[in-house]
Parts: sequence; C-alpha cells; structure tokens
Amino acid sequence: MGVEVVVEGLSKSFGRQAIWRDVTLTLPSGEVSVLLGPSGTGKSVFLKCLIGLLKPEKGRVVINGVDLCSCPEKDMYEIRKLFGVLFQDGALFGSMSIYDNVAFPLREHTRKSEKEIHNIVMSKMDMVGMLGAEQKLPGEISGGMRKRAGLARALVLDPQIILCDEPDSGLDPVRTAYLSQLLIDLNAQIDATILIVTHNINVARTVPDNLGMLFRKELVMFGPREVLLTSEEPVVEQFLNGRRIGPIGMSEEKDSAQMAQEQAHLEAGHHDGSSEDMRGVVPQLEPTPGLPPRDAARRRRQRVMQILHTLPEPAQHGILASLSREDFDRYQDWRRRTAGMAMPTALPERPPSRPVSPQQAHQATRPIPPQQVQQAPATRPRLRPWRRDGGDQ
Amino acid sequence: MSTTTRSPIEAASNAVTGALREFGNLFAMGLDVVVAMFKRPFQIREFLQQFWFIASVSIMPAALVSIPFGAVITLQLGSLTAQIGADSFNGAASVLAVVQQASPIVTTLVVAGAGGSAICADLGSRTIREEIDAMMVLGVSPIQRLVVPRVLAAMAVAILLNGMVSVVGVCGGYFFNVVVQDGTPGAFLASFSALAQLPDLWVSEIKALIFGFLAGLVAAYRGLNPKGGPKGVGDVVNQSVVITFLLLFFVNLVVSVIYLQLIPAKGA
Repeated sequence: MGVEVVVEGLSKSFGRQAIWRDVTLTLPSGEVSVLLGPSGTGKSVFLKCLIGLLKPEKGRVVINGVDLCSCPEKDMYEIRKLFGVLFQDGALFGSMSIYDNVAFPLREHTRKSEKEIHNIVMSKMDMVGMLGAEQKLPGEISGGMRKRAGLARALVLDPQIILCDEPDSGLDPVRTAYLSQLLIDLNAQIDATILIVTHNINVARTVPDNLGMLFRKELVMFGPREVLLTSEEPVVEQFLNGRRIGPIGMSEEKDSAQMAQEQAHLEAGHHDGSSEDMRGVVPQLEPTPGLPPRDAARRRRQRVMQILHTLPEPAQHGILASLSREDFDRYQDWRRRTAGMAMPTALPERPPSRPVSPQQAHQATRPIPPQQVQQAPATRPRLRPWRRDGGDQ
Repeated sequence: MSTTTRSPIEAASNAVTGALREFGNLFAMGLDVVVAMFKRPFQIREFLQQFWFIASVSIMPAALVSIPFGAVITLQLGSLTAQIGADSFNGAASVLAVVQQASPIVTTLVVAGAGGSAICADLGSRTIREEIDAMMVLGVSPIQRLVVPRVLAAMAVAILLNGMVSVVGVCGGYFFNVVVQDGTPGAFLASFSALAQLPDLWVSEIKALIFGFLAGLVAAYRGLNPKGGPKGVGDVVNQSVVITFLLLFFVNLVVSVIYLQLIPAKGA
C-alpha cells in the first residue's frame, strides 16, 4: 500500500521573496491528489520540497516517520527510493538511450540480470506506449514522448509515492486523457500515493480523490475533490472556469481598480474568456475494466463519510450524489446509529449562494433515485450578456 | 523597507557573506568528494571516459605551451646569469624553475581551461535540464556518480601531464640554452645534477595532484550550481576557470613556501 505523506506548516522563500507560507496537508496513503494553482505559485517548488531537493525554511515533511527536512543525507537517499517522480520535461539523461534511461534505476539499485531488466523495461515501455523507441536518444524524440519515457523510468522501481509535475503540459488532450487513465490504472494496480501538480482543469475534475489549490503564497484549500469543485471561493471559481473576472490577474494578483474595470467591461458585453461553468462534481475516472477496483476509493469513501458533516453543503451534495445506492443506504444506517450527530442539512453552514431548490435540499437526506445518482448538482445559471444583448440575434 | 535603498555598507557586507558562503559550500563539497572517493561502487567506466576526454583535449595544448614557457625561462635566466658570470648554472636554474613552478601551473591551466570548462558546461546543462535532480530522486548521489570520476580523472591527467610538460619544458630549455645562447651541453647537465634533487620532482607532482583536484572540484561545483537557465551555464563556465586560476596561484604560493621551509636546498 502507498505511504502517507504528511506536510506540516511548510514555508519556503527564495531570499526575501516568499513562495508560500504555512502549507499543511496530508496526502492520504494510496489516494490520488491534485494540486492546482496559477502559473508561478510555486507548485513545482512544492514538489521539490516534498522530495527534499529544496530545503524549506520552516515545517516538516514526514514520510514513514522520517522528517525529510531534517534527516541526514543517508536517510534521504533511502526515502527517495520510495518515490517515482515525473519531471516537467521528463528529465531524461541526455547521454543515454531511452532504454538505458528506463533501466538506470534498476541497474543502480537492484542486482537483477540484464534479462530481467530487459523484461521489466519492456513492460513499462509498453505501459506508456513507447515500444519501438528504446534505442533513440532523448534529444531525438518529441516532448510528449520524453514525458512518457520519464514516466516509465519513474515507475520502474514500483514506487509507493508518485509525484507528477504537470503531466499534461506539452501533451494533446487525447494523450492527456490516456495519461490520466494510466495513472488511475496504476493506482488500482500498485496502490501508490499519487500527487499531480497541474493547471489542467479536466485532469483536476476527473482524476483525483483529493484536490487542493495554491494561490497568493498560501494553500487556499485541500480536501476531498468535491469540496473544491463545488467551492464558492472566488479564486477557485475563477480558476476552474478559466475566466478573467476574479482575483487572479496576468501577474500574480490584481488590484481593485483593474477588477472594477474588468467587471465594467463584462457588463458592457465583453467576453470574459471562459466557455461554460466547469464547476460541479463530475464522475471520477474508473480503472480500465478488467483491473481490480481501486482500494483507495473504498478507503477514501469511509474517510470522507466520517467527516462529511464538517464539509460545506454543496460538497456534501456532491459526495452523496456520487454514492452508489448501496453505499448511500449504508451511510444512512450509520447516521441513524450515531444519532445525536447533526444531519448534513441541519448544519449552520454558510448559506449556499447558488439557489438550492427545496427538492434538492431534500435529496441530501433521502435515498436518491438511481437514475439521478451520477447527476451533479445544478450549476448556477451564469450571466451571458452577449446572449441577452438581442441586437445580433 | 530597505529593498529599494540599500546602503553601500550593507551591500558590501552582503557581497562578503555571499563570497564566504560560496567558499564554504565549495569546501563542504570538497570534503564530500573526498569521502565519496572511497565509497563503492566506483564508476570505473565514467572515470575512463572522462580521463580519456580530458587527456585528449589537454595533451597538445600543454605540450605546445610548455616549449615556449621553458624557452622563455631559459633565455631570461641565461642573459641574467651571463651578466653576473654564472652561465654554467643556467641549466640548473631553468630546470628547477620549469619542474617546480612552470610545469604544474601550465598543466593545471590547461586542464582547467580545456577539461574543467567542458566538465562545468556538461554538469551545468545537466543541472538546468533537471537531470541532476532526477538522479538524486532516483536515489543516486550525483557526487559519487558524476563528480568523483571527473575529479579523479582531472587529478590523474594532471599528474601524468605534469611529467610530460616537465620533460618537454626541460628539452625546450636545453635546446634554447645550447643552440640559441651557445651554452655548453656539459655545463647544463652538470649544474642540473649539482643543484636539482628528487624532492623537486615530488613536489611538482604533489602540486599537480592538488591543482588537478581543485580544477575538477571547482568545475563540478560551479557546474552543479548555475544561476538562471542557459545563460547561467555560460557564466559558471567562465567563473569556474577564473576561480580555478585564482585558487591555483594562491595554493601554489602556499605549497612552495612550505616546500622551501621543509626541504633544505641541495648542498646548503
């Protein structure tokens, strides 16, 4: 089973420039997590701190009871053998062929014969669809292929923690979808803890169990995917929808004058850059039929159901809507048995700003008809000024 | 905030602490390299490749530099010794100067300039392509895997090249003394055996060993710490050569002083 990664109060700065402060999160063992964030918020730096390539000023990164930020070099190299890291550009060794690159960790850390190494390398190459390119040099293949070869190398030692730095950058949407599926399949097979750092919204919506976001030098939130996907936080909403309207600017932040100006433009009918509302919980990717079900999904369900009453209401709807009929009944039983705890709807959460119909509000406490099980909560009708204009229609 | 208006004193103290920090890091890495030299497994293939590479780029320039170097020393000393009527000692003086001072310096200038800059550029580009990070993440120490073979190769090349440069330099000196300045071959050789002693050769080789270590270490250290992308790689290559030269002359001074204190001159 994968290893739990606990990050406590991590702060990193370069000179006087703080990158992020006081980041605290836990990557639950064996689950898939995604960390979102606008460009330049230090996502890659965060990954490098997780593997001890950069030393944060404060805080701890605990893996298997060892604090990576303060342990001696020797332990660090041992802990790192648990990791498989996919770097942004693959980070292949330029002087070696793809085959030698993928075989490198095996030759360094195991006493396997060349024949065994060959078998393992070929199976990983097959997994990432790179058969036939073994003897090429990294400089001779495309960026997407380098990325896939980098993934093959990261997987070759059967890591317990897989970190992916923007697996989608430089890949077309189809290959990105294949890569997402590959990561989910891997998770089903070897139950590794996976952290993906990205700004691809599609990956963020469909792949992870847990979702977090970095912005303004802080971790805005981290938790079950439904929490972020249904969040009313302006930053999250803007980012998920890829709009210009909101707190994120071309440079890191924008001031209120610019925000007001953009809002005025929007009201005057100027396009805000987004297409449709991307929020709301969509079904998560499942392992390819024929593979075992993901154990992590079951563990996560248990974990999330226990903290369900502490989550914001839209997230609760999303989670309940994604349960199978059976699970939902079990959950209802459990709630009844632990009576005395507040029911989800009775919680004094902050008022939902999206209109929740009485019927919807009711659904949360009552078994959902099967045909509605996969349905995401209704999204808020958005302003579409260019449609209301009427002049050109 | 003092970010915009920094006092000159603060700037100067920052520069000093920055330089000290760099020097400390270099020293720490030097220790790491020495420790890693005795760790198994030893990267014999990498060592041979690097040795061959450094040797192949250094031999010709070193030989070509050493001939005029030996010649200049001999000519200069020849005219001086002629003025004070000590022509017969010209051979000994020029040989000692070539073997003890010129040869190790020339060797290391060439090793640092030709081999060290290539090592630095290679490691620098690997660093910015995140290859070094990837290697560390794969649980392999770049010090042991990449730096140690390179430093050892630089040391080995420096020792061997030092012998060759000494020979070529002395031959050059002999040629110019005997042919150009009409010195006598007998006097050249006789004065040589009268004043030179075996420790002169040893200190020359020890110097070459130390300088080769420094050249390899500085090249690797700068190569592993480039600042800011491809341009940074160019900068660190430049810096590595300059830093090596500075260190070289300083360490040469220290070693020469110690040698002159410890080993009495022949016949003294």
